[in-house]
Amino acid sequence: MSDAVHIAGVGIHPFGRFPDRTVTDLGVAAVRAALDDAGDPRFDAAFCGTAYAGVAAGHKVLSALARTGMPIVNIEAGCASGAAALRLGAEAIAAGQHDTVLVYGIEKMPKGIIRSTFFEPWREEAGLAATPAYFALRAQRLQREAGVTDEQLARVVVKNRRHGVHNPDAMFRKETTVEEVLGSRIVCEPLRLFMLCSPNEGAAAVVLRRKASGDSAPVRLAGVALRSHLPGSVLGEATPLSGVDDRDIPPPTTLAARDAYAAAGVEAADVDVVECQDTDAARELLSYEELGLCEPGEQGALLDGGATTLGGQQPVNPSGGLLSKGEPLGASALGQVVELTRQLRGTAGARQVDGARVALAHTVGRGANASVTILTR
Amino acid sequence: MSDRRVPVRAGLFDADGDGTVTLLGSRCRACGRASFPRAEVCPYCGSADLEPVRLSPTGTLWGWTTVHAAPPGYEGPVPFGFGVVELPEGVRVITRLETVDVPDLAFGMPMRAELAPLSENEDGDTVVTYTFAPA
Repeated sequence: MSDAVHIAGVGIHPFGRFPDRTVTDLGVAAVRAALDDAGDPRFDAAFCGTAYAGVAAGHKVLSALARTGMPIVNIEAGCASGAAALRLGAEAIAAGQHDTVLVYGIEKMPKGIIRSTFFEPWREEAGLAATPAYFALRAQRLQREAGVTDEQLARVVVKNRRHGVHNPDAMFRKETTVEEVLGSRIVCEPLRLFMLCSPNEGAAAVVLRRKASGDSAPVRLAGVALRSHLPGSVLGEATPLSGVDDRDIPPPTTLAARDAYAAAGVEAADVDVVECQDTDAARELLSYEELGLCEPGEQGALLDGGATTLGGQQPVNPSGGLLSKGEPLGASALGQVVELTRQLRGTAGARQVDGARVALAHTVGRGANASVTILTR
Repeated sequence: MSDRRVPVRAGLFDADGDGTVTLLGSRCRACGRASFPRAEVCPYCGSADLEPVRLSPTGTLWGWTTVHAAPPGYEGPVPFGFGVVELPEGVRVITRLETVDVPDLAFGMPMRAELAPLSENEDGDTVVTYTFAPA
């Protein structure tokens, strides 16, 4: 789909906590902003990503805008829900089914550890469904196998929170320090409270349009890949009760990255700016390797060298990442696309990665689901 | 609580009179891999040609952390240990751990399966699950 699908408009409702607004209200704000940005309110089909908003949640948003009649499809794919919607929308255009597609993601999450119908009740009862504990075991494995230190985990948080200061759509816009991160409450060793993102509320929307001859310097959706896990990894996002030696089993992020690079005709080294899944600080470092930004075991050095900081070779999470924005599941992946579209347009303000032409967005989570989206200019 | 113990889920494990706790798994005759819990289809290759196996009650510690606050749906004691034990059959099992003192644990240390009480059910029975403790 390398030339076929353009990003015609983007919109976002800030990520945070909005006790006086319904999830429909959040969606309405993001969709209106995206349609305004596109300069044309018409679209032929709508795909809405959400994990918690319930039956026909996307229909409720478009009903509130008096914009119905076209097919509306609601999609759940865990943390990748918005990317799954994006993929369906992009493929509908590439296949010639539609010319303009609205893709949006909406979410209003409860506070604290995300409860999920994914686990059987006995597993919750036995204490074997504690999501942050899985994050912690992945972090510990990264420390054991890649030599990542507690201080490096803290520096991921410091980096992303520093980026987030400049993002008006982020929930946390205050810098932090290594000392403050390492002094925050322990959640599951080695992860501390500041190293984990907050599930929260928000919405994001993207208008996709078939390439038209009049488009000048458009942002192209060069590849959008969605993959699930292969069986075997006990610490994988599929969270099985057991696993086997997984050295030769590529994780779903790697599978999605390979597909997306192939579709876009680019390599990891070509990417100028990345938005990746930093559910916790270790998850960002794991993503460096899984996306091919560094060799196995080199993530700590990549971080320490400043390559992934704004101003570096391949800035990661200039938006502040989920650690600054929080994670409204269904909106998360499209929030990344909004950020990267602004980066490629050169309108990201103090967060701007100068001259960015190739941008990559990544999510991974429950399912397992992983998505990698590549935008180019 | 009564003396009666009931498993949190039937078919996960057996407890012998001498205190030996055995996880109940499967071995695939097609790909040779062992899995837990017991299944009708191999989770790795999809074959239905499985034989039931009793997994080794001892293994080595492969990962560990501590859960300090009760996660949703959990009403047992906190904090509790959580980790992965690798059994000789090549199975890495997600498990509770009886030790919450992280500095006492080390990669590869020998571990043995035990039972852990979780709660009391409506009949006054003690609901138990499997756990691992340093051997």
